[in-house]
Amino acid sequence: MTATTLFEKLWQAHLVEADTDGLPAMLYIDLHLVHEVTSPQAFSLLRERGLRVRQPSRTLATLDHSTPTTPVRADGSRTYLDTATEQQVDALIRNCSDFGVSLHGYDSPDRGIVHVMAPELGATQPGMTIVCGDSHTSTHGAFGALAFGIGSTEVGHVLATQCLLQHKPKTMAVIVRGQLPVGISAKDLTLHIAGQVGVAGGTGHVIEFRGDAVRALTMEERMTLCNMSIEMGARAGLIGADGTTIEWLRGRRQVPQGDAFEAAAKHWRWYRSDDDARFDKTVEIDAGEVAPSVTWGIDPGKVIAIDAPLPALSASNARAFEYMRVTPGALITGVRVDVVFVGSCTNSRINDLRDAAAILAGRRVAAHVRMLVVPGSERIKREAEAEGLDAVFRTAGAEWREPGCSMCLGMNGDIAKPGELVVSTSNRNFEGRQGMGVSTVLASPATAAASAIAGVITDPRRYQQEAAA
Amino acid sequence: MSGVSSITSRSVALPIANIDTDQIIPARFLTTTSRAGLGRHAFQDWRWREDGSANPDFALNRPEHAGAAILIAGDNFGCGSSREHAPWALLDAGIRAVISTAIADIFRSNALKNGLLAIVVSPLEHASLLAAAGEALTIDLRAQRIARAGHAPIDFTVNSFARQCLLDGVDELGYLLARQDAIARFEEARP
Repeated sequence: MTATTLFEKLWQAHLVEADTDGLPAMLYIDLHLVHEVTSPQAFSLLRERGLRVRQPSRTLATLDHSTPTTPVRADGSRTYLDTATEQQVDALIRNCSDFGVSLHGYDSPDRGIVHVMAPELGATQPGMTIVCGDSHTSTHGAFGALAFGIGSTEVGHVLATQCLLQHKPKTMAVIVRGQLPVGISAKDLTLHIAGQVGVAGGTGHVIEFRGDAVRALTMEERMTLCNMSIEMGARAGLIGADGTTIEWLRGRRQVPQGDAFEAAAKHWRWYRSDDDARFDKTVEIDAGEVAPSVTWGIDPGKVIAIDAPLPALSASNARAFEYMRVTPGALITGVRVDVVFVGSCTNSRINDLRDAAAILAGRRVAAHVRMLVVPGSERIKREAEAEGLDAVFRTAGAEWREPGCSMCLGMNGDIAKPGELVVSTSNRNFEGRQGMGVSTVLASPATAAASAIAGVITDPRRYQQEAAA
Repeated sequence: MSGVSSITSRSVALPIANIDTDQIIPARFLTTTSRAGLGRHAFQDWRWREDGSANPDFALNRPEHAGAAILIAGDNFGCGSSREHAPWALLDAGIRAVISTAIADIFRSNALKNGLLAIVVSPLEHASLLAAAGEALTIDLRAQRIARAGHAPIDFTVNSFARQCLLDGVDELGYLLARQDAIARFEEARP
């Protein structure tokens, strides 16, 4: 038998009908994640056609994008940006009730950003196909699942039929060899790879992240890496299942328990590429070369090591320099920061909050900087509070918020002002992403925290070394 | 969805690389629960100034481009968020086809499902279309050809299934619903 890629195994296992003669394949979807922003038009489609949700048990909904992150009032109510955001949330609550879909709403101790919540519950499992009307669905690929974002029309297709029509993508291997230097995070590695692959380098492909350095990552770190596959243009990101995957899932609510778990784990271990599997495209990365990395431009592929000079001015980057108001050839460290955001489906997990807190402990956020820390889920919020991280953030002068997508896309009103610069642990730095006329520098939680303290873009090693000394 | 077979219009150029879906329709306009009425906010932050007046420098606002339905955009158009609001907004703003050297996967899929043609051409053909921006073009979907006055036509491909759906004005949901027996068999056979 020929060696097979993980992607091929996942694809073959979910074919209701194979692709033939220009007809797309019909792919079965194991888990459909739903949130309030991209689902209302899909539920309307079902109503218009008199259809039901085919598999409510394979459908899981939450509230995350439009939800306020400001404190809940004493009577349990929340302060929405406007009536439209509140109505959107109400529409999902009603749609889930009408169609029998399980919703982790405000009354659930599990509510969170959809790509944080589903893995926490153990709903995300190796060998699955997972979709959501959200491009960062690629996050779940960290578990050896084929997971990708879809549009609202396709959300309707999956609700009604549990299937999607898909043309088979190509495969791309990103092999990360060696070992990350001490203090270098998965976000730094992710940004470094995005810089190498480019913002469209993965278009038409599913990327599998491979190599020693990827195997050494924790599940949280693997999620950070797969999360930004879409920022490389890829359809999905994948990491083969291994012992790390299995131990992380053990005991979670939606995985089998006891002997059934061991049986499932044995099956899950099959979801990795065979040793000699061939990919359509391969990129090699040396982990030892990765430094704290940041974006400097207006797409996630414009990445530099934080201590390296900005590139020279060229026709292809002039617009980025103009929008970001940084100087060609200069250093990005020292550039004034107005807002710092720690959160999003990229970096709002407990390890991310610990990284930020380790630097902030005993220090203060600069007087002119506003810093928001937004946990990815209710569960992470509780865990962080049990560890006292919320106190570290508050004492340092940062705002400790309710879980949600928050300033990653600013739908709920968590935005910066025109002309401000945000150092953000999120995933996109396109023009206006965090507010009209706002500049975004994507960074790791450590770099974000260091920059908040100094009030300018700052190499986190400065504070990490102080802490070690 | 009504069928699409050919589009004749003048072109308008937006030669910026990596125009992402946040740029096509900013997140603050995604609070709608409908597909309709997003056209006014297409390219909001480029098209309108803070006081609500039109930005006269933006190509789509220029009088000579009024009514242009074919957008010649920079490389990697439609990257970023999966929001289908992006093609909804473009269609509502009168754009019926986007031509670029590369179009992001999710945007292309969303566009074709709504009757917005997403066409990829070579860098040379793209440069020629940009240089002649404002010219009248006819996009013939059946022949997969862009006809131009005074220039050689440009051939393109749209995958045959999506093309047939567009030509016939049918959507994929009907195709999927017609295969419910196969879906049920697949579900029964699973462990």
